[in-house]
Order: sequence, then structure tokens, then C-alpha cells
Amino acid sequence: MMIKINNEIKNFKIDLLTKWRENGALIPLLQSAQNSYGYIPEIAIHYISEILGVPSAEIYGVITFYSQFHTKPLGKYVIKICEGTACYVNSARQILKMLKNELRISVGETTDCGLFTLQSVACLGCCSLSPVIMINNKTYGRLTPEKVNTILKQYRKD
Amino acid sequence: MRKAIKEIKVGLGTCGISAGGELIFEEIKNELEKQGANVKVKETGCMGMCYMEVLVEVSINGESYLYCKVTPDKVKKIIDMHIIHNKPIDEWIIKNKGKILKEETFFKKQKKIVLKNCGAIDPGSIDEYIACDGYKAIKKVLESYSKDEVIDIILESGLRGRGGAGFPTGLKWKYISRSKRNKKYIICNADEGDPGAFMDRSILEGDPHSVLEGMMIAAYAIEADEAYIYVRAEYPKAVHRLTTAIRQCQERGYIGNGIFRSDKNFKVTIKEGAGAFVCGEETALIASVEGKRGIPRIRPPFPAQKGIMGKPTNINNVETYANVPWIILNGPDAFASMGTEKSKGTKVFALAGKVVRSGLAEVPMGITINEIVFDIGGGIKDGRKFKAVQMGGPSGGCIPASLGDLKIDYDELVKTGAIMGSGGLIVLDDTTCMVDMAKYFLTFTQNESCGKCTFCRIGTKRMLEMLKKITSGEGQEKDLRLLEDLAYKVKDNSLCGLGQTAPNPVITTLKYFRDEYMAHIKEKRCPAHSCPALMTYRINPENCVGCSLCLKNCPVNAISGNSKEIHTIDREACIKCGLCYDVCKFGSVEKV
Repeated sequence: MMIKINNEIKNFKIDLLTKWRENGALIPLLQSAQNSYGYIPEIAIHYISEILGVPSAEIYGVITFYSQFHTKPLGKYVIKICEGTACYVNSARQILKMLKNELRISVGETTDCGLFTLQSVACLGCCSLSPVIMINNKTYGRLTPEKVNTILKQYRKD
Repeated sequence: MRKAIKEIKVGLGTCGISAGGELIFEEIKNELEKQGANVKVKETGCMGMCYMEVLVEVSINGESYLYCKVTPDKVKKIIDMHIIHNKPIDEWIIKNKGKILKEETFFKKQKKIVLKNCGAIDPGSIDEYIACDGYKAIKKVLESYSKDEVIDIILESGLRGRGGAGFPTGLKWKYISRSKRNKKYIICNADEGDPGAFMDRSILEGDPHSVLEGMMIAAYAIEADEAYIYVRAEYPKAVHRLTTAIRQCQERGYIGNGIFRSDKNFKVTIKEGAGAFVCGEETALIASVEGKRGIPRIRPPFPAQKGIMGKPTNINNVETYANVPWIILNGPDAFASMGTEKSKGTKVFALAGKVVRSGLAEVPMGITINEIVFDIGGGIKDGRKFKAVQMGGPSGGCIPASLGDLKIDYDELVKTGAIMGSGGLIVLDDTTCMVDMAKYFLTFTQNESCGKCTFCRIGTKRMLEMLKKITSGEGQEKDLRLLEDLAYKVKDNSLCGLGQTAPNPVITTLKYFRDEYMAHIKEKRCPAHSCPALMTYRINPENCVGCSLCLKNCPVNAISGNSKEIHTIDREACIKCGLCYDVCKFGSVEKV
């Protein structure tokens, strides 16, 4: 496990050294940092600031502007609940309520065990299968509270 | 006897995958291996019938059969009966050798231009795209048209931007082509941020090459050599398919230096968005591509004059680019022959919400709302009453069922107060509260406002507060006047499209559903029984069988009653979570 983490941080460092010349390199570098560390640690901001010559404060401004970036570690599984219009009219609220109850966290928080983070997104674009959630990069559709329960159980087992 | 060529395709757009498509794909491969059958298994994009997912197409010697709602159990039977013994299972088939057996009206009124390859070809194979006349249009353009001729063709076709505002595409190109700057850029706006819209995702996932080809043609017309595709971060599959498509093009010399052995260069970079709705606005998008906060700026100068790095930049949406190769190959007249006087061609709609058949439908402009909802969509789910359609996402509005005969085109929609938007079409029934709908969209825009303009930043917040007050039963009549007044002020005093259109959901619901607002305010009643503060649950003693399911599920023990006896809800203790309503199998929990 240790080796894997180091490799991933290496990816970020390679990106730092190869991408900085590109137009608008800041956001891709932040994305790379987030992919490597799972979030954007302070040290990554300093690295990027150094190499791009952009003040840390400005980088922090960009991080907080976009909903994708996080400055705190996320859970192993990030559950994104879709709040799109189709999901909304097809009782996504029920699913959200159920997830909150089950995980005992609210949107934007991570469970104490570090397994799940709950986030809401504007739309996952699977409106015909609403309500929908996405766990890491996998989408689950046509959900009912029971189905969500089964899915959570599966992840807990893994 | 010649050996039959057999092929199986599985619809693996995001919709197919979320319905379990990947499992079916594996299952088919395993089953074929077990049977020792030599059959090619391929993936394809969204076939449009998302409500029938997982869709599997079996073709034998070019004759195709489309199976719907395939489950792992069905896979075994399909392979055994159809592939091995050559006996199609008619009851699961929608289309049989091009003949439609079921759901005929879903296909009948559609006309496919943009979606012609989606769900038909393997999006991971450039050869399949080429076999369907792919990259023929760009070759034709490079060989026989000057850049002005290309612009004239697009102008004549009457193509308008499919992203929302509907600006004539040819005109946009013309402005940029006039600029004498030596460096110009092309951007493809794939930041499909409207909740309830998914056509751009489906096009990118199902037919990425058509978008690239459209961009190449645009680049030729305006003499640009560098392009960016700005894709939403929530669309990992689309990014993956685009990356593959770009790599394939580079290998063939379609992207890079001297494309198609001409003297033109074309470079494409994918920029993944980082989650900000406002980045769908073109100046905000450019800021984001440049690595800054996505905050819009004053126009003029328009991106056509000053875009990325201050250079002239052409921005079009995914669907707009995907139309271009077809127009070049079939001529502008063929395109202009479809649609209404001022809106030509087709439009892809993402049909969802309380409709029986949800999915993607590409229809000629000028079709009526009723035709989409009832003929293509198959009417309202659970036999409920059609109340309204929400078009154009948070920038659009709600069009009531009474205007169902309205012909859809850019200008007609603007008259109603809604907009075409990117093409999300959410059907609402009588269980949807229109005040709640307005509140929903305002929550969204208020959240996504970048904060630059005061009216958008604070105005939407105050409007949202008023809507919250009304839906919780504390609204007063004067709030309505204030709400309306503020709505127009936010509209007039915001810089970009987000703020200018944010009040649209409120304005249209006030225009068409004022009585619902009044019921909330005056009678403290939600006619759709949807706002928690203005409704209660009760158990209808006539159909309660005393199964205790509601009692067991109630999180606050508000339900009492012995087993096999009629249950009751304690209204004081009830938190209106609605769990009892959801779990009751006899429909005896009612909303009043």
C-alpha cells in the first residue's frame, strides 16, 4: 500500500515538471494533486505556487471557487448524490435522507471510519434512470432506499 | 454454406452502465465462451431508449434485432435460442431487422442527424465511424471549399447554437474569420451543467468523432489551429472516449501537423472542468481554461474578438459541432428543409421526469410539446395528470400543459418565458408543486452564482428566502409582489446569462401557476401535497390491513396500532419523512 501512495505522489510531481508550461496549467495541476493525494494538501499548493509563480492565496481562491476541489481528505468511497431536476421530482430527497441516516453524516462530511464521504452534485446526466448516485466513478440508477442499502452493504464488505 | 457473421452490441453509455450494462457485457462474453460460439461482442453508445436499458443488439449477417431490458437471466436464453439455434425471442425484441415491433411511436417522429451514429457504432473504433461516412466532410472541405464557402454553407443551413441562446453559428464564424489576427482558437463547450440535460454527454460517449470532425471544419473556416474541449468533471466516460478518439486521430494524421496531408495544423486539448455551473458561460469558461476562477466578464469584447490569451476564439456547443459534418455532406438545403422559419434542423431533447419513456429524442424543430410528451414519451407515469414541462434548466421556465400545442422553436419558447436551453425537457405531473420547483431552481442558481454582481449574489438569496417562507406556510401576499419585483431587477442588473436568466423559473411559475402560490399563502395549502409544512399523512382506515410495515419503519414511533388492526398516525409526533407512504403496499397512507 505504501509503495502505491508514493507512486501516485510521483505522478503529481511528474505532472508538476511537465505541465507547468501549458496554457492554464493551474487547474490541471490541482486536479493532478487531488488525484494523487485524494485531496489538496497545503504542501501541494506550495509546490504549485513555486513552479507557476502564482501566489498561494490566488491558488487557494481557485480551489475554493470550484466544487470539485477539497482541502480535507475524503473518504475511501465518495458518494455523490444527484440533485438534478429529474432526480428531484423522482424523490431523490428520500434517498438523500436515507443516506444521511444510514451514514450519520450530512452532505460534505466524511464518516469517522473514513470509508464514505457524502457529496451532492448538480446533475450526473443519467436523468432517465433517476434517482441516481455515483460512488467513486460508478453510477447506480433507478434507486430505492432498499437498493441503496444493498449497495452500501457491498462497499462496507469490500 | 457460408458461415453466418454474428455480432452482439451492448449499449454502454453512462445510462446503460448504471442500469447494469457492464455486467451484461461480461455475462454475454462468458456465455459465448461457454457455448464455444465465435461471436464478436462490442460496446456502443446510448441508443436513446434509456428507459429500456440494458439494450442489446444481436446482428446476424447484417440483420439486426434489438433486445430490451436485458438481465443476466435473459442473456443465457438469448444466446442459446438466438445465437446458437437462430430463433429470435420476439417477446423481448423491440426492433426486428429495422421493423419496429414495440414502442413504435418513440421512433416515428424522430429524425436522426446528430444521433445517427449513437448506439449504432462502437465509439471506440475510428474505422466504424469512417465506415458511416466519417471524416468525409472534412476531406470534402479541405479539397473543394474555400473557408468563405464553408461559412456560407453553415449560414445558409440556418444552424443556430444548440447550447442555449441560439446564436446563428455561421454568423459567429463569419465574425471571427474576418479578424486578421494570426492566432485563433476553437473551443467546444461540453460543460453541460443544466441539471436534467444529458444529450451532450450521450453524443460525446456515443459518437466522439463527429464532434471532432465538426471542430476541424470550424477550425478550417476560421483559420484556427488549436482547440480545447471543456468537459464537465462529472462525465468520466465522455472524457475517456474523447481521449481515445483524439489518440486515434493523431495516429491517422487527422490531428496534428499537416492534417489529411494538407498544409493545415490542428491540435486538440481536453480541459476537464472542476465543477462550476457558471463556467458554461463563455467568458467564464475561457477564464477557467486559462486556469483562473470562472468569473464572467463584461462583453464586448466578445470571445470572437478577445478570447483565450486575448486571441479571437470561437465557442460552440457539442451538439452544434456534431451537426456540421452532416450539413457539409448533405447540403444546407436539406438541413434548412426541416424545422420552422427561424429554427432549422433538428434538436436533441433529453426527456426525463414523470414520463413513461425517458431518454434521448432527436426531433425536427417545430414539433409540439404534446407530441414529445405523449407520442414519443408515451404519456405520464402511473396514469397521472400532465401538468407542465420544464425546459431550459435553471435558466428556463415551466410551460403549462395548456400550452401543449406550442411548436418548439427558439423564438416561440422565448415568448412563453422559457428558453430552448441545451434541451433538457423535464415532464412534471400533478404531484409536483410549482412553488417548490421554483425554489429548487433558485437554490441551484443561488448556490452557483459566482458572486460578482450584487443582484445575482444577494438578489437570488433574498428571492430564495421568500420562496422558502411561502413553501413553509409563512408567506404573505406582499411577498409575491416583492418576489416579482426583485425577479425583474435581478434579470436587468446581472452581467451574464446565469443572473439574467436565474429568475425565469420564478417568473414563469408566477405567470402560469399563480393560483398555487396563492393557495400556499392564503389557504396554507399545497395543492400538490408536496411541501412538507403544508401537508400531513394519514392512514385511510378503509384499506389499512394492519400489516405494521409503516409502524416498523417510522423513525419517530409516531404510528400506533396492534397487528391486524387499523393503524393511526400521531400528527404531533410525525416528522413527515414520508417513509410510511413509501413502504405501504396497500396505498392506505395518504397525503392530505
